[in-house]
Formats: sequence, C-alpha cells, structure tokens
Amino acid sequence: MAAAEKQAVTGAGPFNDLLTWIDQRFPLVETWRAHLSEYYAPKNFNFWYYFGSLALFVLVIQIVTGIFLTMNYKPDAAQAFASVEYIMREVPWGWWIRYMHSTGASFFFICVYLHMFRALLYGSYRKPRELLWIFGMLVFVCLMAEAFFGYLLPWGQMSYWGAQVIVNLFDAIPVIGPKLAIWIRGDYVVSDATLNRFFAYHVIAVPLALLALVVAHLLALHEVGSNNPDGVEIKKVKDPKTGRPLDGIPFHPYYTVKDTFGVVVFLVVFSIVVFFAPEAGGYFLEHNNFIPADPLKTPLHIAPVWYFTPYYSILRATTENFMWVLAAGVVAMAGLIIWSVKSTAARICVAALAAVLLAGFFTLDPKVWGVVLMGTSVMIFFFLPWLDQSPVKSIRYKGPITKTAIALFVIAFFVLGYLGTQTVTEERTLAAQIGTAVYFLFFFLMPWYSKMDKCRPEPARIGSK
Amino acid sequence: MSDSSKPNSARRNLVIASACAGGAAAVGTAVPFVASMLPSERAEALGAPVEADISLLAPGEMTIFEWRGQPVWVVRRTKEMLDEIKKADSKVADPKSERKKSELTPEYARNEFRSIKPEYLVVVGICTHLGCSPQAKFKPGPEAFESDWAGGFYCPCHGSLFDLAGRVYKNKPAPDNLRVPPYTYLSDTRILIGEDKKGA
Repeated sequence: MAAAEKQAVTGAGPFNDLLTWIDQRFPLVETWRAHLSEYYAPKNFNFWYYFGSLALFVLVIQIVTGIFLTMNYKPDAAQAFASVEYIMREVPWGWWIRYMHSTGASFFFICVYLHMFRALLYGSYRKPRELLWIFGMLVFVCLMAEAFFGYLLPWGQMSYWGAQVIVNLFDAIPVIGPKLAIWIRGDYVVSDATLNRFFAYHVIAVPLALLALVVAHLLALHEVGSNNPDGVEIKKVKDPKTGRPLDGIPFHPYYTVKDTFGVVVFLVVFSIVVFFAPEAGGYFLEHNNFIPADPLKTPLHIAPVWYFTPYYSILRATTENFMWVLAAGVVAMAGLIIWSVKSTAARICVAALAAVLLAGFFTLDPKVWGVVLMGTSVMIFFFLPWLDQSPVKSIRYKGPITKTAIALFVIAFFVLGYLGTQTVTEERTLAAQIGTAVYFLFFFLMPWYSKMDKCRPEPARIGSK
Repeated sequence: MSDSSKPNSARRNLVIASACAGGAAAVGTAVPFVASMLPSERAEALGAPVEADISLLAPGEMTIFEWRGQPVWVVRRTKEMLDEIKKADSKVADPKSERKKSELTPEYARNEFRSIKPEYLVVVGICTHLGCSPQAKFKPGPEAFESDWAGGFYCPCHGSLFDLAGRVYKNKPAPDNLRVPPYTYLSDTRILIGEDKKGA
C-alpha cells in the first residue's frame, strides 16, 4: 500500500496528523516541494522579474471582479449599456468592482508587456525555453482576444465601432472573408447576436483557454527553470552532494517574499488609478464609450484602447504607396536569405515565396496586406527563439548592434502606439510607416545582426567575471 | 510466447480505423455548433426594404435612413456639388465605378454621379475599408486631411476620403467606392431602399 509507505509529515505542529492524512491520499508535500520550497530559482532576479507573478495576480483580480460583474450585467443590446450604468450608480460598491476590472485590463497588459520585454532583454526565450515562450505568447494572444471581446460588452460607441472595425478585418480575407465576418457576427452588422456571443467568449471560453495556457506556461517554466539577468544556466553548476544548483535559492521563502513586496507596491499604484483616475485621461476608459452604441453614426475620432494601438498603427500605415516599400523589403530579404543559405532547394523556395508575395502585393487590395502586416506584427514574436542567433542570451553581454536594435524597436513601438491613438494626417501616416519599417526590420534582420554583433563572453556562473 | 516488440498489424490497423471514425464523428458533431453561429432566421428576415421620404431634404443637405442595420445616406446635391464631382475624376481611384460592379454599383448608378437622378445620391454610409461610417464634410476648403478639399466624406477611423458621389480617393486605405444599395423611386419624393425594379 502506497499510503502506508509515505513518511508522516513533521514540523507542522498540531497539523501534522491532518497533513499526513492528506499527504497519504494526495501528493501535497511533493507538490509543495517541487514547485515552491525546493524549486530553485536563480539568486539574481531583479526588478524585471516582478511582472510574471504580478500578471498572475491581475488575472486573479480580473476573474474575481468579473464574476461579480456578471451578477448584474445584461448581455442584451437593448439593456447592456444601461446595466453597466446600473452597476456604476446603484449596485453597492458596483463602481469599485467595475473600475477594478477596467483598470485591471490595462494593468494586465502593462504587466505582460514588461514581462515580455524582460524576456527580450535577457534572452529568456532561447533554448531550452522555446516552448515556455510559445505558451507565453499563446497566453498573450488569448489575452488580446479576451480584451477585445470584453470591450464590446459595455455597448458604448467605442465598443460598437471597435468591434465593427476588427470583425471587418476578417472581411478582407479573399474569397471566404465576407462569409466569415457574417459568421463571426452572427448578423450582417454588429448586433445583439454579436454581443451575446462575445459575452460567452469573454466570460467562459477564453478564460478557460487562458487558465489552461497559464498552467502550461508555469509547468514548462518549472521544467526548464527560470532564466536570469546574466543569461547563464544555474543547473550547470550543482552542489555534488545535494544536487542543488549553487546559484539557486528556493522559490519559497525567498521569492514568495519578494513577489509579495511586489504585489504591495503594485496595489498602491493600482489603487491610485482605481480611486483617482479610473479613466486615465481617456486611455483606460475612452470618453466616447460613455455614449450608447449608435449603429448609424461613427464617433468623430475612434481609436482602440492603448494596448492595441501599435498594431492598429501598422494596419493604418499600409496604404497603396507603402506597398512599394513592402515590395522592396521583400526583394531585399529574399536576396539576403538566398545569399546566406547554401541549399539550392531553400533558395528556390525563398525566391518562389518572394515572387508570390510580390504578385499578391499588386493584385490584392492594400487593405488585405494591412491586415496581414498587423497579424504578422503579433505572430512574429513566436519566432524570436529562432530569429535570435546571438552566442549569448543576456543583453549584459550582447554588443552595440543588438542594444541599438532593441532601443530602436522600443522607440518604434511607443511611436506606433502613440500614433494609433491619434487621427490620421499625411505626416502621421509617414511616421507610422517609418515606425512599421523599424518594427519589422528589428525582427527580420535579427538572424544576421545578432550573429555579427560583438558580444562579450558569458560568465561561467552568476556574478563571476 | 508472442514477440511483444513487434506490433500486431491487424490490431494497429483497427486502431487507425477507429481513430479515423472517431475523428469523422467529431467533425460531424462540430457542424451544428458552427452552423448555430450563422445569422438566425430572424436576423435574415430583417433585411426587408425600407421606404424613405425625401420631400423635406433641402439642397446641399443629407439625411440618414436605416436599412439592414446600416446607415443609408441620401444627399441632395447642388449644381456646385455636381461640378466638383466632375473635377474630382483625376483624384479618385475608380472614377467610372468599374471595380466590383455587381456588388457595389447597380447598373442604373453606373454613371458619373453614381445615381439614378444626378440630384440625389443614395449610398450605404459604411466605409469599404473596415466598416466605419464616414462623416459628411461638404464644405470645400483646406482641411487637416487634405489641403485642397473639394467636399465629400471623411472616414475618421483610417482617413479614407470619398467625393460627393461616394467615390474613394486614391492612395487611401479604403479599396472601393461606397456601395450604392438597390433602390428605386416610388414617386418624386419617395424612394424604396433595398429593392429595385428588376427588368423595368
């Protein structure tokens, strides 16, 4: 009998007997040890390492506040807007729960963007963490879907027209597009049917997928172990007697304490926004969304919420003139790849792909390519583990080219993000086009510049020279 | 004793066959779920034509009717407005409305002013880019989006411009002219949007 063979739990005082009873029926102590008290994490985590646990914390806030919001919200085009106002004005503490949820959405993206930027700085997506990165990216894509579906629910003007624009993106797909858009909406325009199904996605379908992916992300993390600011593997140097990594410390209590401190600081900032600036000047809750949805009138100025604006800028930047820039880019990339690879088959494939793209650029509408570029701007992150060919992981040991490239990318991301909140003018379109070019060059040229960059050698252990 | 390292091929084929049958059943089961997301019978029935009274529309003004949940604009164009349309031929991407003719421009609107009567423009007020509803900017003059603006429609979402015949300007995100819905005159002041006299 397995139960009888397990050792009794000790050290829990009056709870020893209870814990022993549980542990003989459920792998309690084993799980605790494997994932917390004997899970060794690098000893040199810095500021950037707060945002993973904070993102998890915001997920909990969103789930809890979301459950309470559904108790009063009505997913019905005739009642949705009024039910949100009802929550805000008449439900006891309803305003607080809703502002937690709306502010939580923006903070979720802040945490996730900083978490992803950390991975970019320290090469946390590199071997053996490719799957960990891919699960993380899937979480990010789910989060974007969750935010998009949730944004329709208040049924304000921005909700309505935002959904209208994004669903119409699918309309651009040749042949099946128009049918697909109708299928997504369940109607010929965004309507009650659309609201009802987006509610279903937002409160159950996407959260389930999101939770499953977060679990997969954490399991993958605990399999390979965390990377760290030095980008060296702590598992390489272990204590010969205990087999524990010499540069690792147990996650609990060291990092549980650190992350708790992070949560406290986070809650201070979060509460300031929730209580004093829940609209964040129109960035977290857009002004036009305080007007009920009107299918006959688009607001004077429509823009997505800030976390989608960089991609939205890329969509808008793709005009007829820009197709020539794209064509030149594809020709140059094809030339570069053909020059770099040796296999004839690969060369032919690249040339053929380039030819197909070029033909497509000038036969299909620029609108289609705007949608393709926008999709690519998110999907390209999935390929980072293979695009980065640098001999070192961390930016600490990378050379000037990579540092410059990351700086330019961050600037382009912010510029695109800002432009996405603004109306279109000729100058702004040009700026967005330059930003789009920088954004994509960062990724597409990475295999070359990361290889030729002058890197310093990685230390053998954390903190050693 | 049988050699357990060697797979039993009959058993393996049965496993493959039952996996295929199970897969087919799963796909078959998905069909009703996918189909349930198509527009319902009720949503389809709401596509009925709409009668619009345009007797009160003053020259140079626009009014909006709702048809299939979409805004349909009726603009009563002045002589000056019609002259601007003629001048805009070089600025618009598809001056003769030749692209996606059957979808966007019914036969009776395939003319310079994209309308049955030059005076009245009837178009669906949904941008062909991503479905926003453009704004009427009828006053000619310098605008932030175009220094030499001849009057027309401006889409706030992605900056597409349309002239007073709903024709899209060159090098803008929107690929096509605004859609002219099927419509017909019931009398001089009443139009029916959503249906035309086929063969009449």
